[in-house]
Amino acid sequence: MANSTAVKRLVLRLLLMVVVMFAFGFALVPIYDVMCKAFGINGKTAGQYEGEQVVDPTRQVRVQFLSTNAIDMVWEFYPKGDQLVVNPGAVNEMVFVVSNPTDHPMTAQAVPSISPAEAAQYFHKTECFCFTQQVLQPGQSLEMPMRFIVDRDMPKDVKHLTLAYTLFDITARHPPVAANAGKDETRLAR
Amino acid sequence: MSAVIDDHGPAQDHAHGPAKGLMRWVLTTNHKDIGTLYLWFSFCMFLLGGSFAMVIRAELFQPGLQIVAPAFFNQMTTMHGLIMVFGAVMPAFVGLANWMIPLMIGAPDMALPRMNNFSFWLLPAAFALLISTLFMAGGGPNFGWTFYAPLSTTYAPESVTYFIFAIHLMGISSIMGAINVIATILNLRAPGMTLMKMPLFVWTWLITAFLLIAVMPVLAGVVTMMLMDIHFGTSFFSAAGGGDPVLFQHVFWFFGHPEVYIMILPAFGAISAIIPTFSRKPLFGYTSMVYATASIAFLSFIVWAHHMFVVGIPLVGELFFMYATLLIAVPTGVKVFNWVSTMWQGSLTFETPMLFAVAFVILFTIGGFSGLMLAIAPADFQYHDTYFVVAHFHYVLVPGAIFGIFASTYYWLPKWTGHMYDETLGKLHFWLSFVGMNLTFFPMHFVGLAGMPRRVPDYNLQFADFNMVSSIGGFMFGTTQLLFLFIVIKCIRGGPKAPAKPWDGAEGLEWSVPSPAPYHTFTTPPEIK
Amino acid sequence: MKRHPNLWMGLLLWSVFGQAQAAWTVNMTPGATEVSNAVFDLHMTIFWICVVIGIIVFGAMFWSMIVHRRSTGQQAAKFHESTTVEILWTVVPLVILILMAIPATRTLINIYDSSESDVDIQITGYQWKWHYKYLGQDVEFFSNLATPAEQIHNQAPKGEHYLLEVDEPLVLPIGAKVRFLVTSADVIHSWWVPAFAVKRDAIPGFINEAWTRIEKPGIYRGQCAELCGKDHGFMPIVVDVKTRADYDAWLADRKAQAAQLKELTSKDWTLDELVARGDKVYHTTCVACHQAEGQGLPPMFPALKGSPIATGPAADHLHRVFFGKPGTAMAAFGKQLSEVDIAAVVTYERNAWGNNKGDMVTPKDVLELKQAQGK
Repeated sequence: MANSTAVKRLVLRLLLMVVVMFAFGFALVPIYDVMCKAFGINGKTAGQYEGEQVVDPTRQVRVQFLSTNAIDMVWEFYPKGDQLVVNPGAVNEMVFVVSNPTDHPMTAQAVPSISPAEAAQYFHKTECFCFTQQVLQPGQSLEMPMRFIVDRDMPKDVKHLTLAYTLFDITARHPPVAANAGKDETRLAR
Repeated sequence: MSAVIDDHGPAQDHAHGPAKGLMRWVLTTNHKDIGTLYLWFSFCMFLLGGSFAMVIRAELFQPGLQIVAPAFFNQMTTMHGLIMVFGAVMPAFVGLANWMIPLMIGAPDMALPRMNNFSFWLLPAAFALLISTLFMAGGGPNFGWTFYAPLSTTYAPESVTYFIFAIHLMGISSIMGAINVIATILNLRAPGMTLMKMPLFVWTWLITAFLLIAVMPVLAGVVTMMLMDIHFGTSFFSAAGGGDPVLFQHVFWFFGHPEVYIMILPAFGAISAIIPTFSRKPLFGYTSMVYATASIAFLSFIVWAHHMFVVGIPLVGELFFMYATLLIAVPTGVKVFNWVSTMWQGSLTFETPMLFAVAFVILFTIGGFSGLMLAIAPADFQYHDTYFVVAHFHYVLVPGAIFGIFASTYYWLPKWTGHMYDETLGKLHFWLSFVGMNLTFFPMHFVGLAGMPRRVPDYNLQFADFNMVSSIGGFMFGTTQLLFLFIVIKCIRGGPKAPAKPWDGAEGLEWSVPSPAPYHTFTTPPEIK
Repeated sequence: MKRHPNLWMGLLLWSVFGQAQAAWTVNMTPGATEVSNAVFDLHMTIFWICVVIGIIVFGAMFWSMIVHRRSTGQQAAKFHESTTVEILWTVVPLVILILMAIPATRTLINIYDSSESDVDIQITGYQWKWHYKYLGQDVEFFSNLATPAEQIHNQAPKGEHYLLEVDEPLVLPIGAKVRFLVTSADVIHSWWVPAFAVKRDAIPGFINEAWTRIEKPGIYRGQCAELCGKDHGFMPIVVDVKTRADYDAWLADRKAQAAQLKELTSKDWTLDELVARGDKVYHTTCVACHQAEGQGLPPMFPALKGSPIATGPAADHLHRVFFGKPGTAMAAFGKQLSEVDIAAVVTYERNAWGNNKGDMVTPKDVLELKQAQGK
């Protein structure tokens, strides 16, 4: 038969390919994240926005606010208004209310999502409760401001945006520690 | 792994024939024995997966819940898919590869015989593990063979961990099988057997093996991520922790789409041997067939999101995946036109392998047409996750993969057993399968278009009549496969003596050895002109 | 069920004759919107192109199978390999595909239109029901399967809309551009109404958008299209499309009902009234898991009949229904049901199937629980 060193070398190469493809499967996770942010797939937004923009008074965009509780989440969670009509470039604020009706402290994470997805990259949050986790003591309520800028460069055909938050109970995974409510974890770029 | 490679020296047991008794099969490193094991294993899984399909069709025979509860119904659809894909179709092709590739390229055995033994014996372990989940508290996997997160993670039954390990074992087995095939084809060809002289079955398997090596590790990766999400607190697929359930679908289908070609390409190769044989005319375009196969394999990597048109992909993405998917029709068309041109002005006879091959071309093309319709993204919004999709992929997998395996079995059975099979019974098997299969799956187009979603245990009365037809066809197709078992056993036990080359139009090295093929063949490489 | 044993309808025959009979529906329907009509046309165009290609390819095959048989004395020709032919059968399909892609692209761009909408509906998928919220209108409700369990278990004849009927349909006005914002509270679902050609996945943590403009009033039915667990087949969608005036009247009525519910909460309920109402609530909301006789589906869904919770202290029972049991399939119904319905269903469970506790939980108790917990 053909010499066995050739077989051995080939097998090692193929095994290397297997390892590379296994790693590639995991590499798809950050690649997907980059693609999501670049193209706004799934309406994912970037992290905290540091820039400033000049207000465009000639254009108006309707921004709608939704809140959903994941199935086991018993908190009250809602925006104080249904929608805002804003000028691109301007800093706007919407206040969200949360309260913990249970008799034990809980940790929550809000996950934002923008529709239409193409507009997600033009929606900048300068301050958002979704950057951190929230810890509420029994019976505690909290008003959380969310500030944002709609980019001047957003395509002209986008007339309205929807910002939807889903609130998840992550108490089991991140047990609340009373002292550091809302500050213990810096959640980056959501 | 290296220990396996080190002492694979295939020359060591030349002198003696098969060992006696059960240990022959447990310890065998002979490619023919292992091929046989794979084929029998695959057939057992085919019957098991088929019996799950019978449960599904029995429940769907009439509207209302009669036989099984919805929770168990979901386990049946899931297990049917998993077992047919990973237990029936893939091992059957590995079995055919084991038997035929060394015979076709003039090699004495597979390049890595011990690894070959190991990769087979992993399979019964993997499937025992998978099937045992059905008896666990909370039941077996119930989230569909595509196991979308979070239904398969946060909301999965306890047994999901066993499911993940079973998938890992199957993956390792497939990867080892693929490495073996590539090593055999690239290193053990007889002198003079250049790549472009290889039979198409060898070519399609070479490309399939590379597909396996490229995507099975990705599947392993995705189930590992699931495992970590379930047990180690990561959040790959959970939005609550910064993950994304849609990511699961992207990674899964990055594996899943090439996977469907893994199940069909070897059948393309076998059909490309059978049609010329019974047309008594060479294949019309050998070179273009090789390139078409390679193009299909390449394109399979850039079309995965057509399974996800309704998850909310941006317009540009939707257009890209629609166009890329449409492109696959071109090399597939080249193949079909090639087969038809090969038959054109041939001298045709219709023995059982040819009947299955012709049905393969016609029915696979019908599956291709519905595939073309599904590729059109706006129309897919209506087809997606309906019975139209079920009809589509059963039309490509049953007449495609399964009929391809039947055709191959009848074609090479004389070589394996040394006897001719019973031609009358073979034809009966074909016609019953053909009618049963069409009766089962053709009406599914109708109920799908009329609005019946897939994976439901019950349905509105408007779908009742066609579902009953489907069920009757399904029972017919299912029962017919017992006839196939009978034909094969009958052929092993006796029958007219098969000559070395039982088909007058056949070409290839496998017909140069006697029938049945001796335990050791091509210990000295044959001459290739 | 009409029996019409025309089993052997060919691919061509069905498009011509099949459409006439309801029980043997064989094709997509054009639907009720401009988009659904465009999709239907697209579907038929591609279908006919496939039929023509099929006739040519299969025609050639059958011709050769009949004429080029060895039994007719046919000698095999020797020809093979022709670059011209190969190029031809690569280029021609490519051109056909481009012709298919043009109308498909046009329709797709129209579906992705993001101009302003008149009505915005938030659709949330739950295991196994839909929740609709009229944004800016303060109207929201769950929509549950309304088909009785007896029909599903073949103890009663099945109605025309078997499995396609709900207790409360989504109501929409004609002619308005309606935007659907689709999400999920648990697993992935998919909201699909064939007549609108709208199918969008509901993904937990993410929002998806679709729109429609319905031309004709009427009732339109659909189903969840993505496997979402045990009762995936039992979460239908019903859309009642009304004229603008009727829609406005309905919306006003719905708001009035909400006020009425508040009155009901303060009313003094008797045990029998609560049990009667709880019976209804139980059979829409709880029956899927805990089953008609309270026997449950152990181990996933425990029995309520004789259970320690349903026969234990009433406050614990209420607490379990209100807050759910984290880490299990038992959801927190405090946010899903009204005070009246929670009180009714808890009372029902304590007094049904031989649990006979004889005590009750009133809507006021539920309200107190709510208020005591900081809200």
